[in-house]
Amino acid sequence: MHRSPSERIGGGLCYGQAIRDGFAWLMSRHPEVFAIGQGLWSPWYVGNSMTDLDEEFGRHRVLDTPVSEAACTGAALGAALCGYRPIVIHPRVDFMLLAVDQIVNQAAKWRHMLGGQPAPRLTIRGIVNRGGQQGAQHSQALHAWFAHVPGLRVVMPATPADARDLLIASVLCDDPVLYIDDRWLYEEQQAAAAVRILDLAKERPVRMRAGSDLTLVGASYSTALAVRVAEQLALRRLSCEVWDLRVINPLHVEEIVASVACTGRLCVIDGGWRSCGLAGEVCARVCESLPPSAWRAPPLRITLPDAPAPTSAVLEAGYYPDVESILARVTASFGA
Amino acid sequence: MSERHISELGDLTDPDAPAYLRPCGLAGYAPEQLKRFLRTMLLIRTAEEQIAEWVEQKHVHCPCHLSIGQEAVAAGVAFALRSGDRLFGNHRSHAHYLAAGGELYGLLAEVLGRADGCSHGMGGSMHLRSVACGFLGSVPIVAGTIPVAVGAALAAKMDGGADIAVAFFGDGACEEGVFHESLNLASIYALPVLFVCENNQYSSHLDIALRQPSDRLARYAEAHRVRATVVDGNDVTAVARATADLVDAARIRSEPMFLEAITYRWRGHVGPKEDLDVGLRRSMAHLAAWKRRDPVLRLEQALLAAAYATADELARLRAQVRTEVQEAAGRALRAPWPATSDLLDFVYAPQSE
Repeated sequence: MHRSPSERIGGGLCYGQAIRDGFAWLMSRHPEVFAIGQGLWSPWYVGNSMTDLDEEFGRHRVLDTPVSEAACTGAALGAALCGYRPIVIHPRVDFMLLAVDQIVNQAAKWRHMLGGQPAPRLTIRGIVNRGGQQGAQHSQALHAWFAHVPGLRVVMPATPADARDLLIASVLCDDPVLYIDDRWLYEEQQAAAAVRILDLAKERPVRMRAGSDLTLVGASYSTALAVRVAEQLALRRLSCEVWDLRVINPLHVEEIVASVACTGRLCVIDGGWRSCGLAGEVCARVCESLPPSAWRAPPLRITLPDAPAPTSAVLEAGYYPDVESILARVTASFGA
Repeated sequence: MSERHISELGDLTDPDAPAYLRPCGLAGYAPEQLKRFLRTMLLIRTAEEQIAEWVEQKHVHCPCHLSIGQEAVAAGVAFALRSGDRLFGNHRSHAHYLAAGGELYGLLAEVLGRADGCSHGMGGSMHLRSVACGFLGSVPIVAGTIPVAVGAALAAKMDGGADIAVAFFGDGACEEGVFHESLNLASIYALPVLFVCENNQYSSHLDIALRQPSDRLARYAEAHRVRATVVDGNDVTAVARATADLVDAARIRSEPMFLEAITYRWRGHVGPKEDLDVGLRRSMAHLAAWKRRDPVLRLEQALLAAAYATADELARLRAQVRTEVQEAAGRALRAPWPATSDLLDFVYAPQSE
């Protein structure tokens, strides 16, 4: 049985369905690929991104699990050392923290500390599932923690095509990869596009929009925000260049440095916290690479406030950056 | 001792109990095989004595956790395994690596941090591997490789053969949450993994009587409906016999099995000292009593009593092993250092151009 490919949904690619297409593409071509994680036989946990994969490929390749994040992640690592390419799914990043030893101490360091082979060809999928008054333990975006760790590639797709193609590239990569998708992106649409086979190690930031006055940088959902902000600012005659980071470890900023060299202004939007975060890292690297004379204004970080996610609607409304709040910050910093 | 603690192991943990001072039982094993057991145990002991000497001489600076006194567990378990099985170790894994067939020279070069080491000089004593022997890795995070071994068993089951995975860990690891998760997962998925618990009755510094309400770790396996055997870990043939039974069952039925081997380490948690255990004084009287339950001595006594070997032959074997270790140690001291570029080159897989 083959499910409808996402191209048929609304005539284009839809982010959540595109992830499912990535799974189906991998599992139909690579017998060494399997998926393991909580809720995979009743995947309301993961939106429309894994629907009926168990029926299509069998429950021996789509394993639902006990409530044991650490053991299941470690088991995926063990299978990865024995010729398989598992994908372990954590429906919320918050719960994935129970598996941090296996991700950070074991998978990320296995090659280095053991001097090479065998390679842990493991993909860990962590889903950011925010909003909805879920609060402090159901909402976290902790990509910056993991991007701190050498040996762990960290991928954050922003577009439907990247959601599919970077998933495929992650699984086919010979390193452990943390692939993070954000449920706020699941309804994002774009025109149909054929699968592109990418070498994850060679992937770079992508320019989403050209501009001359301000460089906006994002990853995952914050890239989608940046694009919308740029559209609004264009109406106010501020021309924004938007860059999507896509892979945040190892982090490449050369293209962004070149962009800021032209615009003289940088705003980094991130769905994580401010302190020691991704936005700060991007700003630091660009600052290190450009002389003070290149800057027409100090760089700006737009992040979550340094507080856990609230539950009350009135607090939540002010917690997450949105197009309006970003526009206000950008206007205050750069004029427009 | 905690008021809550009870000993369920009885004489197995009493070093003066006569039943466990007796020579090994030899039934079912040919003389040549018994001598291979002895050779493996002597190799482990002699190699570790060499490493201990290097630590004292400051040739070796990495943390070295020695398993002198516990050699029978690794030697007995390894005998029941075959090519295709996948082994994982912990911080104290020189013995597991050597018993699995890992090269002596690679171990010695590794603890010295040399490029010829089994982990290319990147691992030191605590991160060993010998992929050719199926020893896929040892790491020092307590219980870290237990779920990894479960995954290797999942892979073996998916392969459709009868290979199994083996996880070596200590009594301290049984206090980590992931150990319990792993037993549960292996049991519900029916995975062919052998959990080998080397119960030496101490964590880094604390007696099990102060850490757990019972000294019998097999109770955790039984709670997860995993078949368990408790064995005298200082009797190599008892370990080998118990392991063979469990391994056969794991292969045939594709199920997890649990071996608890009761033993005792002669040196401290880390380093060569006998009297110190992470800063705490050890009871030398207790240690002396446990040394009488020496796994090497008990096998030698059995071989002599059965006239399977003469005293001269045993002396020759010891001398051969000593020479082998000295020769490998000499080479290892002359081995090259890793290239400085290795620091970054091993972070990610080599890139295709």
